[in-house]
Amino acid sequence: MSRGESATPLGRVRGLGSAHHGGEHWLTERVTSIALLFLGTWLIASLLLLPKLDQGTLTEWLRAPSGAIPMALLVIVGCRHALDGVKVVVDDYVHEEGSRFVWNTLLLFLAVAAGAIALFALARIAFGATA
Amino acid sequence: MADARSRPLSPHLTIWRWGPHMLVSILHRVTGVGLSFVGLGILAWWLYALSAGTDAYATFSKLAASPIGLVVLIGLTWAFFQHLLSGIRHLAMDSGAAFELGINKTFAILTIVGSVVLTAALWFYFLGGVK
Repeated sequence: MSRGESATPLGRVRGLGSAHHGGEHWLTERVTSIALLFLGTWLIASLLLLPKLDQGTLTEWLRAPSGAIPMALLVIVGCRHALDGVKVVVDDYVHEEGSRFVWNTLLLFLAVAAGAIALFALARIAFGATA
Repeated sequence: MADARSRPLSPHLTIWRWGPHMLVSILHRVTGVGLSFVGLGILAWWLYALSAGTDAYATFSKLAASPIGLVVLIGLTWAFFQHLLSGIRHLAMDSGAAFELGINKTFAILTIVGSVVLTAALWFYFLGGVK
């Protein structure tokens, strides 16, 4: 089926755009937002349900797979969603192609760095010696 | 680029009458950018401090419990709920629903009321001696 005959508006734009993935960016932003709906609710609910919010209770919560795995997913999906979202703002307001590239590259580095720091911390909590 | 600048531009933000839907639209961007930089930054810092031992976490919790720290955390909570509720509204609108003027305005107002109520309830629970 050629693109022109595709049944839905989304189907018609997938693979298009100057970089041929404009539709994928839009769709990824929506899919990550649905995941974050669950993960964000999980984070708030967990903080409400914990008996105390001191370091001991929090590390014990994040050492267990039931805490570590959703938190790792929240970090990864959150960084991806933030990067996709802020890129739209940059693309809207930074008109010069060179500075747009610089901004988007800096933001990519920043998002990956934040994700790496958070994942390292989670690994250290989960696999490190009990304090 | 010079040619593009001399083209007539559509009247922008300054001349339209503000309504709840316009406010919610720009709030979605502002809260998204805030959550991306401040939110993910503090999340990474919080997890790192948790993993780095009692001294590191004492520094983090002292700053978090300071007046400025509380303003930032309460602000982030509000930004989270505003972005979440307005994100749900956007997902509904992506499906082609809720573009009728009345419904659109009602949903926009509901996201603002909802984010304030949820933020107040959560922090009443955290600070109000319930815990």
